[in-house]
Amino acid sequence: MEKIDVEEMLACDAPNDMKQEEGFVGNLKYGVVGILFGIVFVKAEIVSWFRIQEMFRLQSFHMYGVIGSAIVVGMLSIWLIKRFKIKTIAGDEVVFHPKKFNSGQIYGGLLFGLGWAITGACPGPLFAQIGSGFVVVLVTLLSAIAGTWVYGYFRPRLP
Amino acid sequence: MELLEFVRQPWPWYVAGPLIGLTVPALLLIGNKSFGISSSLRHICAACIPANIPFFSYDWKHEIWNLVFVAGILIGGFLAGHFLANPEAIQISPQTVADLKALGIRDFSGLMPGDIFNVANLFTLKGLVFFVLGGFLVGFGTRMAGGCTSGHSIMGISNLQWPSLVATCCFMAGGFAMTHLILPHLMKLF
Repeated sequence: MEKIDVEEMLACDAPNDMKQEEGFVGNLKYGVVGILFGIVFVKAEIVSWFRIQEMFRLQSFHMYGVIGSAIVVGMLSIWLIKRFKIKTIAGDEVVFHPKKFNSGQIYGGLLFGLGWAITGACPGPLFAQIGSGFVVVLVTLLSAIAGTWVYGYFRPRLP
Repeated sequence: MELLEFVRQPWPWYVAGPLIGLTVPALLLIGNKSFGISSSLRHICAACIPANIPFFSYDWKHEIWNLVFVAGILIGGFLAGHFLANPEAIQISPQTVADLKALGIRDFSGLMPGDIFNVANLFTLKGLVFFVLGGFLVGFGTRMAGGCTSGHSIMGISNLQWPSLVATCCFMAGGFAMTHLILPHLMKLF
Protein backbone atom coordinates (compact mmCIF):
# COMPACT_ATOMS: atom_id res chain seq x y z
CA MET A 1 0.00 0.00 0.00
CA GLU A 2 1.56 3.29 -1.01
CA LYS A 3 1.59 6.19 1.40
CA ILE A 4 -0.58 9.11 0.49
CA ASP A 5 1.29 12.29 -0.43
CA VAL A 6 1.00 15.52 1.53
CA GLU A 7 -1.18 17.21 -1.05
CA GLU A 8 -3.71 14.37 -0.92
CA MET A 9 -3.81 14.37 2.84
CA LEU A 10 -4.58 18.08 2.85
CA ALA A 11 -7.50 17.35 0.56
CA CYS A 12 -8.94 15.55 3.56
CA ASP A 13 -11.09 18.15 5.28
CA ALA A 14 -10.70 16.80 8.79
CA PRO A 15 -7.12 15.72 9.34
CA ASN A 16 -5.79 14.36 12.60
CA ASP A 17 -2.87 16.53 13.72
CA MET A 18 -2.31 14.89 17.05
CA LYS A 19 1.25 13.63 17.35
CA GLN A 20 0.68 11.03 20.05
CA GLU A 21 -1.27 7.84 19.48
CA GLU A 22 -4.59 8.01 21.27
CA GLY A 23 -5.83 4.45 21.52
CA PHE A 24 -9.37 3.25 21.99
CA VAL A 25 -10.22 5.11 25.19
CA GLY A 26 -8.61 8.32 23.90
CA ASN A 27 -10.78 8.17 20.81
CA LEU A 28 -13.95 7.80 22.87
CA LYS A 29 -13.95 11.52 23.63
CA TYR A 30 -14.68 12.25 19.97
CA GLY A 31 -17.63 9.90 20.30
CA VAL A 32 -18.91 11.98 23.21
CA VAL A 33 -18.59 15.20 21.18
CA GLY A 34 -20.38 13.36 18.34
CA ILE A 35 -23.25 12.33 20.63
CA LEU A 36 -23.79 15.91 21.82
CA PHE A 37 -23.54 17.11 18.24
CA GLY A 38 -26.08 14.51 17.06
CA ILE A 39 -28.53 15.59 19.77
CA VAL A 40 -28.24 19.23 18.66
CA PHE A 41 -28.79 18.16 15.03
CA VAL A 42 -32.05 16.43 15.85
CA LYS A 43 -33.33 18.90 18.46
CA ALA A 44 -32.74 21.92 16.23
CA GLU A 45 -34.39 19.98 13.37
CA ILE A 46 -31.36 20.49 11.14
CA VAL A 47 -31.80 16.86 10.09
CA SER A 48 -35.26 17.65 8.80
CA TRP A 49 -35.87 17.51 5.06
CA PHE A 50 -38.58 20.12 5.63
CA ARG A 51 -36.12 22.58 7.21
CA ILE A 52 -33.77 22.24 4.24
CA GLN A 53 -36.68 22.90 1.87
CA GLU A 54 -37.59 26.00 3.92
CA MET A 55 -34.02 27.19 3.61
CA PHE A 56 -33.79 26.75 -0.16
CA ARG A 57 -37.22 28.39 -0.58
CA LEU A 58 -36.08 31.36 1.58
CA GLN A 59 -39.18 30.88 3.73
CA SER A 60 -37.54 30.67 7.13
CA PHE A 61 -34.54 32.15 8.86
CA HIS A 62 -33.94 29.05 10.99
CA MET A 63 -31.20 27.30 8.98
CA TYR A 64 -29.49 30.56 8.07
CA GLY A 65 -29.48 31.46 11.76
CA VAL A 66 -28.01 28.08 12.71
CA ILE A 67 -25.23 28.09 10.10
CA GLY A 68 -24.55 31.82 10.49
CA SER A 69 -24.23 31.75 14.28
CA ALA A 70 -22.15 28.55 14.11
CA ILE A 71 -19.72 30.34 11.79
CA VAL A 72 -19.57 33.40 14.07
CA VAL A 73 -18.80 31.25 17.12
CA GLY A 74 -16.29 29.14 15.15
CA MET A 75 -14.55 32.25 13.81
CA LEU A 76 -14.34 33.83 17.25
CA SER A 77 -12.96 30.61 18.77
CA ILE A 78 -10.28 30.23 16.10
CA TRP A 79 -9.33 33.88 16.49
CA LEU A 80 -8.98 33.40 20.26
CA ILE A 81 -6.93 30.21 19.80
CA LYS A 82 -4.57 32.00 17.40
CA ARG A 83 -4.47 35.26 19.33
CA PHE A 84 -3.65 33.70 22.71
CA LYS A 85 -1.81 30.70 21.26
CA ILE A 86 -4.07 28.36 23.22
CA LYS A 87 -2.61 24.86 23.32
CA THR A 88 -4.43 21.52 23.08
CA ILE A 89 -4.99 19.57 26.29
CA ALA A 90 -1.94 17.49 25.34
CA GLY A 91 0.07 20.72 25.28
CA ASP A 92 0.57 20.89 21.50
CA GLU A 93 0.18 23.87 19.25
CA VAL A 94 -3.13 23.85 17.36
CA VAL A 95 -2.61 23.12 13.67
CA PHE A 96 -4.67 24.86 10.97
CA HIS A 97 -4.79 23.90 7.32
CA PRO A 98 -5.18 26.46 4.58
CA LYS A 99 -7.62 25.33 1.87
CA LYS A 100 -6.16 25.52 -1.61
CA PHE A 101 -8.55 26.52 -4.33
CA ASN A 102 -9.34 24.06 -7.10
CA SER A 103 -12.20 23.86 -9.56
CA GLY A 104 -13.49 20.74 -7.81
CA GLN A 105 -14.81 23.03 -5.12
CA ILE A 106 -17.10 24.58 -7.73
CA TYR A 107 -18.22 21.46 -9.62
CA GLY A 108 -18.29 19.25 -6.53
CA GLY A 109 -19.98 21.99 -4.54
CA LEU A 110 -22.78 22.30 -7.12
CA LEU A 111 -23.26 18.51 -7.23
CA PHE A 112 -23.38 18.27 -3.45
CA GLY A 113 -25.91 21.15 -3.40
CA LEU A 114 -28.18 19.22 -5.78
CA GLY A 115 -27.97 16.18 -3.51
CA TRP A 116 -28.46 18.25 -0.36
CA ALA A 117 -31.83 19.52 -1.58
CA ILE A 118 -32.97 15.98 -2.54
CA THR A 119 -31.88 14.12 0.59
CA GLY A 120 -32.42 17.03 2.99
CA ALA A 121 -29.10 16.12 4.53
CA CYS A 122 -25.42 16.85 4.40
CA PRO A 123 -23.18 14.00 5.56
CA GLY A 124 -23.53 14.77 9.30
CA PRO A 125 -27.33 14.76 9.39
CA LEU A 126 -27.35 11.50 7.38
CA PHE A 127 -25.93 9.73 10.44
CA ALA A 128 -28.33 11.53 12.80
CA GLN A 129 -31.34 10.73 10.57
CA ILE A 130 -30.49 7.03 10.70
CA GLY A 131 -30.05 7.18 14.47
CA SER A 132 -33.33 8.99 15.01
CA GLY A 133 -35.20 6.15 13.33
CA PHE A 134 -35.29 6.80 9.58
CA VAL A 135 -33.68 3.47 8.81
CA VAL A 136 -34.19 3.85 5.08
CA VAL A 137 -31.58 6.64 5.09
CA LEU A 138 -29.05 3.83 5.50
CA VAL A 139 -29.49 3.36 1.75
CA THR A 140 -28.72 7.06 1.21
CA LEU A 141 -25.58 6.68 3.32
CA LEU A 142 -24.44 3.59 1.39
CA SER A 143 -25.04 5.48 -1.83
CA ALA A 144 -23.02 8.43 -0.49
CA ILE A 145 -20.17 6.04 0.30
CA ALA A 146 -20.47 4.68 -3.24
CA GLY A 147 -20.38 8.25 -4.58
CA THR A 148 -17.21 8.95 -2.62
CA TRP A 149 -15.67 5.75 -3.96
CA VAL A 150 -16.58 6.54 -7.57
CA TYR A 151 -15.04 9.99 -7.15
CA GLY A 152 -11.84 8.38 -5.84
CA TYR A 153 -11.83 5.99 -8.79
CA PHE A 154 -12.22 8.69 -11.45
CA ARG A 155 -10.21 11.31 -9.58
CA PRO A 156 -7.16 11.24 -11.92
CA ARG A 157 -9.45 12.04 -14.86
CA LEU A 158 -11.49 14.77 -13.15
CA PRO A 159 -10.74 18.48 -12.73
CA MET B 1 -39.75 17.12 34.96
CA GLU B 2 -40.02 20.68 33.70
CA LEU B 3 -36.44 20.56 32.45
CA LEU B 4 -37.14 17.54 30.27
CA GLU B 5 -40.19 19.23 28.79
CA PHE B 6 -38.09 22.30 28.12
CA VAL B 7 -35.40 20.24 26.37
CA ARG B 8 -38.01 18.37 24.32
CA GLN B 9 -39.15 21.52 22.54
CA PRO B 10 -37.44 22.24 19.24
CA TRP B 11 -34.28 24.23 19.95
CA PRO B 12 -34.09 27.70 18.42
CA TRP B 13 -31.28 28.61 16.00
CA TYR B 14 -29.53 30.85 18.54
CA VAL B 15 -29.02 27.86 20.82
CA ALA B 16 -28.17 25.26 18.18
CA GLY B 17 -25.92 27.40 16.00
CA PRO B 18 -23.47 28.46 18.76
CA LEU B 19 -23.36 24.86 20.08
CA ILE B 20 -22.41 23.63 16.61
CA GLY B 21 -19.84 26.43 16.36
CA LEU B 22 -18.31 25.28 19.66
CA THR B 23 -17.57 21.90 18.08
CA VAL B 24 -14.75 23.64 16.20
CA PRO B 25 -12.67 24.66 19.27
CA ALA B 26 -13.75 21.52 21.16
CA LEU B 27 -12.22 19.19 18.55
CA LEU B 28 -9.16 21.39 18.09
CA LEU B 29 -8.42 21.60 21.79
CA ILE B 30 -9.14 18.03 22.86
CA GLY B 31 -7.00 16.49 20.15
CA ASN B 32 -5.93 18.85 17.34
CA LYS B 33 -8.72 17.70 15.04
CA SER B 34 -10.12 19.86 12.29
CA PHE B 35 -13.91 19.67 12.18
CA GLY B 36 -15.25 17.85 9.13
CA ILE B 37 -17.69 15.05 8.53
CA SER B 38 -17.62 14.04 4.88
CA SER B 39 -14.08 12.66 5.37
CA SER B 40 -15.72 9.82 7.30
CA LEU B 41 -17.16 8.55 4.00
CA ARG B 42 -13.66 8.51 2.53
CA HIS B 43 -12.30 6.65 5.56
CA ILE B 44 -15.05 4.05 5.21
CA CYS B 45 -13.99 3.55 1.56
CA ALA B 46 -10.34 3.33 2.62
CA ALA B 47 -11.18 0.82 5.33
CA CYS B 48 -13.60 -1.39 3.39
CA ILE B 49 -13.03 -1.10 -0.35
CA PRO B 50 -9.69 0.63 -1.09
CA ALA B 51 -9.22 -1.45 -4.30
CA ASN B 52 -5.67 -0.12 -4.72
CA ILE B 53 -7.01 3.32 -5.63
CA PRO B 54 -4.36 5.86 -4.51
CA PHE B 55 -7.07 8.17 -3.11
CA PHE B 56 -8.04 5.46 -0.63
CA SER B 57 -4.59 4.08 0.08
CA TYR B 58 -3.65 5.77 3.30
CA ASP B 59 -3.55 4.90 6.94
CA TRP B 60 -7.26 5.31 7.74
CA LYS B 61 -6.64 4.03 11.25
CA HIS B 62 -4.80 7.28 11.94
CA GLU B 63 -8.09 9.08 11.16
CA ILE B 64 -10.28 6.73 13.15
CA TRP B 65 -11.34 9.56 15.46
CA ASN B 66 -13.53 10.78 12.59
CA LEU B 67 -15.37 7.45 12.44
CA VAL B 68 -15.86 7.44 16.22
CA PHE B 69 -17.19 11.00 15.89
CA VAL B 70 -19.82 10.06 13.27
CA ALA B 71 -20.77 6.95 15.26
CA GLY B 72 -21.41 9.39 18.12
CA ILE B 73 -23.64 11.50 15.85
CA LEU B 74 -25.67 8.38 15.08
CA ILE B 75 -26.04 7.55 18.78
CA GLY B 76 -26.88 11.19 19.55
CA GLY B 77 -29.56 11.04 16.85
CA PHE B 78 -30.97 7.92 18.50
CA LEU B 79 -31.00 9.48 21.98
CA ALA B 80 -32.63 12.69 20.78
CA GLY B 81 -35.10 10.84 18.58
CA HIS B 82 -36.21 8.41 21.30
CA PHE B 83 -35.88 10.19 24.62
CA LEU B 84 -35.97 13.89 23.80
CA ALA B 85 -38.38 13.85 20.87
CA ASN B 86 -40.75 16.74 20.43
CA PRO B 87 -44.28 15.38 21.00
CA GLU B 88 -45.78 17.99 18.66
CA ALA B 89 -45.67 17.92 14.86
CA ILE B 90 -42.85 19.94 13.33
CA GLN B 91 -43.68 23.61 12.78
CA ILE B 92 -42.54 24.72 9.37
CA SER B 93 -43.39 27.82 7.42
CA PRO B 94 -46.98 27.72 6.06
CA GLN B 95 -45.65 28.83 2.67
CA THR B 96 -43.30 25.84 2.57
CA VAL B 97 -46.19 23.54 3.50
CA ALA B 98 -48.28 25.03 0.69
CA ASP B 99 -45.44 24.72 -1.84
CA LEU B 100 -44.70 21.12 -0.87
CA LYS B 101 -48.40 20.18 -0.93
CA ALA B 102 -48.49 21.50 -4.48
CA LEU B 103 -45.63 19.11 -5.27
CA GLY B 104 -47.61 16.19 -3.87
CA ILE B 105 -46.21 15.83 -0.32
CA ARG B 106 -48.95 14.81 2.12
CA ASP B 107 -47.30 13.74 5.38
CA PHE B 108 -46.12 16.68 7.49
CA SER B 109 -46.16 14.93 10.86
CA GLY B 110 -42.50 14.00 11.38
CA LEU B 111 -39.06 15.49 10.83
CA MET B 112 -39.05 13.93 7.36
CA PRO B 113 -41.94 13.50 4.93
CA GLY B 114 -43.17 9.97 5.60
CA ASP B 115 -44.47 9.63 2.06
CA ILE B 116 -40.91 9.84 0.72
CA PHE B 117 -38.64 8.49 3.46
CA ASN B 118 -40.16 5.11 4.11
CA VAL B 119 -38.92 1.62 3.41
CA ALA B 120 -41.82 0.84 1.04
CA ASN B 121 -40.31 3.32 -1.44
CA LEU B 122 -36.99 1.53 -1.49
CA PHE B 123 -37.41 -0.25 -4.80
CA THR B 124 -39.45 2.42 -6.54
CA LEU B 125 -38.42 5.30 -8.79
CA LYS B 126 -38.98 7.63 -5.82
CA GLY B 127 -36.50 5.63 -3.78
CA LEU B 128 -34.01 5.63 -6.62
CA VAL B 129 -34.13 9.43 -6.82
CA PHE B 130 -34.34 10.36 -3.13
CA PHE B 131 -32.04 7.73 -1.66
CA VAL B 132 -29.73 6.42 -4.35
CA LEU B 133 -29.26 9.45 -6.60
CA GLY B 134 -29.42 11.96 -3.73
CA GLY B 135 -26.94 10.02 -1.63
CA PHE B 136 -24.60 9.53 -4.56
CA LEU B 137 -24.53 13.27 -5.27
CA VAL B 138 -23.84 14.02 -1.60
CA GLY B 139 -20.92 11.55 -1.47
CA PHE B 140 -19.43 12.39 -4.86
CA GLY B 141 -19.95 16.14 -4.55
CA THR B 142 -18.57 16.58 -1.04
CA ARG B 143 -15.45 14.59 -1.85
CA MET B 144 -14.86 16.46 -5.10
CA ALA B 145 -15.35 19.75 -3.25
CA GLY B 146 -13.00 18.56 -0.50
CA GLY B 147 -15.52 19.04 2.28
CA CYS B 148 -19.15 19.58 3.20
CA THR B 149 -21.15 22.03 5.26
CA SER B 150 -18.99 21.23 8.29
CA GLY B 151 -15.52 21.10 6.71
CA HIS B 152 -16.00 24.07 4.38
CA SER B 153 -18.94 26.18 5.55
CA ILE B 154 -18.17 26.04 9.26
CA MET B 155 -14.51 25.05 9.74
CA GLY B 156 -13.20 26.59 6.50
CA ILE B 157 -15.04 29.90 6.68
CA SER B 158 -14.32 30.19 10.42
CA ASN B 159 -10.65 29.90 9.50
CA LEU B 160 -11.15 32.62 6.85
CA GLN B 161 -10.42 30.36 3.89
CA TRP B 162 -11.89 31.91 0.75
CA PRO B 163 -12.02 28.61 -1.21
CA SER B 164 -14.43 27.41 1.48
CA LEU B 165 -16.62 30.43 0.87
CA VAL B 166 -16.62 29.61 -2.85
CA ALA B 167 -17.55 26.00 -2.09
CA THR B 168 -20.35 27.13 0.26
CA CYS B 169 -21.81 29.44 -2.39
CA CYS B 170 -21.79 26.49 -4.80
CA PHE B 171 -23.52 24.24 -2.23
CA MET B 172 -26.26 26.84 -1.94
CA ALA B 173 -26.47 27.40 -5.72
CA GLY B 174 -26.86 23.65 -6.28
CA GLY B 175 -29.57 23.48 -3.61
CA PHE B 176 -31.51 26.40 -5.06
CA ALA B 177 -31.27 24.89 -8.54
CA MET B 178 -32.56 21.53 -7.33
CA THR B 179 -35.38 23.02 -5.26
CA HIS B 180 -36.67 25.50 -7.82
CA LEU B 181 -35.68 24.12 -11.22
CA ILE B 182 -35.38 20.33 -10.97
CA LEU B 183 -37.50 19.09 -8.04
CA PRO B 184 -40.84 20.32 -9.49
CA HIS B 185 -40.16 18.17 -12.59
CA LEU B 186 -38.87 15.20 -10.59
CA MET B 187 -42.00 15.18 -8.43
CA LYS B 188 -44.18 14.89 -11.55
CA LEU B 189 -42.64 11.47 -12.19
CA PHE B 190 -44.26 9.90 -9.16
